[in-house]
Amino acid sequence: MTAPAPDTDSFAGRDLISMRDYKRDELLAFLDEATFYEGYQEPLLKGKVLASLFFEPSTRTQLSFASAMQRLGGSTLGFSDAKLSSMAKGESLSDTIRVVESYCDIILIRHPREGAARLASESTSLPVINAGDGTNQHPSQTLLDLYTVRQTRGRLDNLKIAFIGDLKYSRTVHSLIETLTHFDNEIFLVSPQSLRTPPEFIEELDARGTVYTEDEDFFSIASDVDIIYTTRIQQERFPDPIEYEKVKNAYRIDREAIERVGADVTLMHPLPRLNEISTDLDDYPGAAYFDQAKNGVTVRKAILSLLLGASR
Amino acid sequence: MTEKSTAEPLIRVSALSEGTVIDHLVAGTALKVLDILGIEFEGAVTIGMNLESRKMGQKDIIKIEHREVSPNEVAKIAVVSPRASFSIIRDFKVVEKFSPTPPKLIEGLIWCKNPSCISREDRVKSKFVVVRMDPLQIRCHYCERSQRKEEIELL
Repeated sequence: MTAPAPDTDSFAGRDLISMRDYKRDELLAFLDEATFYEGYQEPLLKGKVLASLFFEPSTRTQLSFASAMQRLGGSTLGFSDAKLSSMAKGESLSDTIRVVESYCDIILIRHPREGAARLASESTSLPVINAGDGTNQHPSQTLLDLYTVRQTRGRLDNLKIAFIGDLKYSRTVHSLIETLTHFDNEIFLVSPQSLRTPPEFIEELDARGTVYTEDEDFFSIASDVDIIYTTRIQQERFPDPIEYEKVKNAYRIDREAIERVGADVTLMHPLPRLNEISTDLDDYPGAAYFDQAKNGVTVRKAILSLLLGASR
Repeated sequence: MTEKSTAEPLIRVSALSEGTVIDHLVAGTALKVLDILGIEFEGAVTIGMNLESRKMGQKDIIKIEHREVSPNEVAKIAVVSPRASFSIIRDFKVVEKFSPTPPKLIEGLIWCKNPSCISREDRVKSKFVVVRMDPLQIRCHYCERSQRKEEIELL
């Protein structure tokens, strides 16, 4: 017998810092609720203010939260460059948060240091959303990824999912792999040797009994893959430019590559892409990366409403 | 060496008028434990290292005269040696004997090894969630990176 789904009111006032803080049934309740926000534009958050504190640049996360807030009648204030904040004058993060909390109802933070969002949440009683803390977590991206998986495949269990590219530094991948351990799937981890999944995540897969395979070769992954999740290999991660040149095209996915690993593949990417996904795949029926971006607004509308305790 | 000979340090304990005996330390950690306690003792300090132990294979033991341990010191010692046992001696008698309760959260004792962790900024007290006690594995409450026992650096 499964436990009853948590009441959506139970999210009111909570933070969204790490996927570790949410259980499987809460994730499912979150995703169920998010489906109601597709195209939803009622002024549910009228009079509410989102403080958007970006100590590190972002395009889609910041804009999609702002879009979500405005589509629900709320407003946004904030900065998108640490140089514009008092941190540049040496103010501590905790002090910045204590000051900002009197200007708003909910706080969104991206920061280059891991753990910054957790510290921010301990400095205020307002809900705090982590929009990326260093290489650690990016939970709203994970929720929209899960939402897209369920939307395209109709389920979150019994899938063969391949992660390809930079599996060492990508917080998006870390957060998603970890969250997928709540579900029963087979995982393939394909990366160059220098960008392998960190051991702590591998240990987590072992501890949870998740079936996985690690390999350098994209075509070594089993056939009938349901989902390919690919990430950008960042040049700045390679001290030696020759090493970067060697791997940058090794994981490029085009139509031929896709057809070799599965007949019906969903192709995901958190964007921005460089040349990991050939543009000839943009009209491939399984290409879901622009759907992910679109779902970003839907899921973030749900996040804002649930944490602010606004009922539809 | 027989079990009888491992009991020898306990015979010496009985001669301690007051102080603390820390037994069942993981072999090789005695000097680290002294480091935690600081070295400014007035009384005698006896250290036994790599003694044979039926339970542990090998163990270290420390006897300190005229010195009792604070809860904070016990918590720190538990991090380097989770099965340590403490005997408090007063007037030649063991008045209290205890083992540290494995903590769920370790606060302000350990330095996060991640240079990019926010806890390494000034004014932030480090916090670690204990994932597993033996062998010790902890996870930073802030940056969520795991650390194994051999990577742990005490503050």
